[in-house]
Amino acid sequence: MINPVPPAAIFIIGALFVPFLRGRLKNGYLLLIPVLGFINLISIPEGTHWVIRFLDYDLVFGKIDRLSLIFGYIFHIISFIAILYAQHVKDDLQHVAGLIYAGSALGVVFSGDLFSFFIFWEMLTVASIFLIWARRTRAAMGAGFRYLLVHAAGGLFLLAGIVLHVNQTGSIEFGYLGLNGLASYFIFFGFGINCAWPFLHPWLTDAYPEATITGTIFLSAFTTKCAVYALARAFPGTEALIWIGAAMAGFPIFYAVIENDLRRVLAYSLINQVGFMVCGIGIGTNLAINGAVAHAFNDILFKALLFMSMGAVMYRTGKINGTALGGLYKTMPLTCIFCIVGAASISAFPLFSGFVSKSMVMDAAAHGHLKIIWFILLFASAGVFHHAGIKIPFFAFFSHDSGMRPKEAPLHMLIAMGIAAFLCIFIGSFPGPLYSLLPYPVDYVPYTMPHVVGQTQLLFFSALAFTLLMLAGIYPAEQRCVNLDADWFYRKGGRLFYSLMDKGFNGLNKIADRIFVGGLAGFLCRFAKEGAVRLQLLVMVPLWFLIDTDPTNRAVKKENFIHAARLGSFPISHIAVFAVLYLTLLFFIR
Amino acid sequence: MKKEGIPEKEYLFDKPRNVKILFVSFYASLAILLGLEFLVKKHAYFPWEEWPEFYAVYGFVACVVLVLVAKYILRPLMKRREDYYD
Repeated sequence: MINPVPPAAIFIIGALFVPFLRGRLKNGYLLLIPVLGFINLISIPEGTHWVIRFLDYDLVFGKIDRLSLIFGYIFHIISFIAILYAQHVKDDLQHVAGLIYAGSALGVVFSGDLFSFFIFWEMLTVASIFLIWARRTRAAMGAGFRYLLVHAAGGLFLLAGIVLHVNQTGSIEFGYLGLNGLASYFIFFGFGINCAWPFLHPWLTDAYPEATITGTIFLSAFTTKCAVYALARAFPGTEALIWIGAAMAGFPIFYAVIENDLRRVLAYSLINQVGFMVCGIGIGTNLAINGAVAHAFNDILFKALLFMSMGAVMYRTGKINGTALGGLYKTMPLTCIFCIVGAASISAFPLFSGFVSKSMVMDAAAHGHLKIIWFILLFASAGVFHHAGIKIPFFAFFSHDSGMRPKEAPLHMLIAMGIAAFLCIFIGSFPGPLYSLLPYPVDYVPYTMPHVVGQTQLLFFSALAFTLLMLAGIYPAEQRCVNLDADWFYRKGGRLFYSLMDKGFNGLNKIADRIFVGGLAGFLCRFAKEGAVRLQLLVMVPLWFLIDTDPTNRAVKKENFIHAARLGSFPISHIAVFAVLYLTLLFFIR
Repeated sequence: MKKEGIPEKEYLFDKPRNVKILFVSFYASLAILLGLEFLVKKHAYFPWEEWPEFYAVYGFVACVVLVLVAKYILRPLMKRREDYYD
């Protein structure tokens, strides 16, 4: 048997050959990469592998433990699903970017040192940006540039933190850091940008809905989950994360209710779900970390499923706004069913995957007696059902009839969605296999009667609220509009900054131009030309005044003097006199 | 894609009867859920979890509050024309 290689290598090197293949061969090749990768991954024993000496440091390309392995598994699974879903795409750029992106994500989770971690972390940004730009619309270009700028800033924070950390400790090992000192704050903040913390989040809701139909599936899986992994590795039990996570779980649902673009609704609900994970990492107990990791695993599947169903709708109708859709269950029934499975999973219905992982975080909060957090998370659980669980399927597939009768999604999309839907239901019904992969031993039983009844009540009465508000006409109608978010600060603020800089620096430029070019240069020129004459006149005029009483004579003398000075044609004797005076002066000074 | 003269195929929820069945079964399941509560022995972390119908009331109230806040506070504050950033 061939020796295993670093998991990232298969994807990244594999991506380079994609442009040389055509047709079915290429499609088969693309699907083969995650399969090979998975076989490679399961043949790697736990431990530390591929250590390369670089300068005075050890680069580790294979830190294989239970925490990194579970992320490795799900990244392979979702890569397979996303590649299958993208079989119709002819654009090599997207395939290559997708594979490198997935490879970088694997690189991040298996890095055992901060250097290679940072390189893969930056590659995530670079690869993912092409999945946004590949849409080739003006909006996608703009969103992509903003995405790039935000992540570049985040990367710099991370780099600053890493440099400080290595400087202080002399070690580049990537393990538990904890919040202590400036270096760790920088790293923490750098992770936070990729994790879409409140106020750092708008890159996500701005860019994901602008990406290509297939690109969004990749995007929804990797960047935020890598950040979740990094936080779980370096900052478990950091109290700040509890509150950050709760805020993430809470605020996006309000936006999701009034948002029209259904993929943007999903982007908000992505933040909401990552909030549960971040909160779990903050709580930091074994149960909480298990819950966070399990929820990341499940979220990758059901969020991809929801994005895939909306992508299929977009692929068939060309539309994604709630105002433009409706009634599609009639001709896209399978897509509709898969969407509902995704919706039930994200809402944590019993027998669906969200149920077995989200409740671990909730219970961990309850164990820790975090009352307020528990209430916020419960609110977010009800809210997520409201916006992702009901709103997405309802406005796309039911609601008012849009009159569109598109064909059912293509077969490869249906199979991709089918696999994801199967896994959502399988994990929800039989959580054992997932639990056996979690970082810590699990003694948690999700299916107890009170839990099932309580959760079902919560969800059904949320549905009742939706139904009654809808029937009463109070539910906010979908509207074509933009809702301001924290990106206002750099989208409008950026423009303000630009115009301030424009007025400020260009104004300064103008003043400088007037003073130095227009004024000072002329003055210096005149001074050089006239200055010497005037100085000499200062001496001569009083002299003439003494020896000549006639003002006309004096005027003529002055006139002649100025003329002679300008031409430089003084009688030689004058110059000789000055020269003698000067030399005498020098003689005495010595 | 309606063609003139040919009536369009009738789909599941085009029949009012089916919609009615859906609503009736939904309301019935709500009632069953409320009833189930009293058959279940609870083991709660917090005292309020023991209150009757806590989860049902919380789910309902949370969603009404969510929608009202989003509609009457967030939307007026944040809504701009579609070309606001262009």
